[in-house]
Amino acid sequence: MSLLVFTGASQFAAVGIISSGGEPLSALGTALLLAARNGVYALSIAETLPTNRLKRLIAAQLVIDETAAMSEAQPVPEASQEVFWVTGVSVFIFWNAGTLVGVLAGQVVGDPLSWGLDAAFPAGFLALLLPHLSDGKKKLAALLGAAIAAISIPILPQGLPVLAAALGAAVAAALGSKKGRRRHK
Amino acid sequence: MSWVMILSLAGGCYFLKLAGLVVAGKAPPSPLLDRVLSGLTPAVLAGLIVVQTFDRGGTLDVGVGAVGLLIGGVAARRGAPFAVVLVLAAGVTAALRLL
Repeated sequence: MSLLVFTGASQFAAVGIISSGGEPLSALGTALLLAARNGVYALSIAETLPTNRLKRLIAAQLVIDETAAMSEAQPVPEASQEVFWVTGVSVFIFWNAGTLVGVLAGQVVGDPLSWGLDAAFPAGFLALLLPHLSDGKKKLAALLGAAIAAISIPILPQGLPVLAAALGAAVAAALGSKKGRRRHK
Repeated sequence: MSWVMILSLAGGCYFLKLAGLVVAGKAPPSPLLDRVLSGLTPAVLAGLIVVQTFDRGGTLDVGVGAVGLLIGGVAARRGAPFAVVLVLAAGVTAALRLL
């Protein structure tokens, strides 16, 4: 899974939802919503990547939080591309090595509940979320997402509240554009 | 976790990454779409945190997991490595369960 999917937040989301008894389809939907940001990263760093078609196809798989951030932090395009490959390949190797260690360790761990592993998932998401809260708009989107999820837990079938939380992004964007227009007047 | 699931996820995730590269040369996304997309990850992650911490089969419930989450969050905020955050959150929750 780490080899093929290679985008951590989506992997954790899919595993987390399935292991807590959610529907495979809602797990897939949530994971894909989280993966959508990689498309946005690809958009923003596309011009620094190689133009060779095969290299571009390989590079696409390496477009993740870390590589996008590292490439964008470079002042010159040539440095960006080198940094992209170094970051991408090293994260890929260590991510998959770590997964293998986890799989081997998991076989001797036993009942996940007695180890508190159910709390490790949300804490992990929180650690992934914090760097994303860089501005007010994203904080608003996160707050709305959390609120929508909380409200919809008793109403919607399992798995759907997370998908509903995605609406928080749309609402935050709509509110933001209204505010922007008002400021212009 | 079935292989069908993993492969569809892999295909979908790769498609999204590649789509960004392909579209980049053509039209820039509209400002509104751009804003929605930039808020998508925070919104979904926040939703996931709420659901995984407080959802007990369709009812909201604050359990010991919330304490673990809080401790993990504080650690993450202070720049603790990802693994430390996970171990802390899990450890605190497991310890509280033993009480």
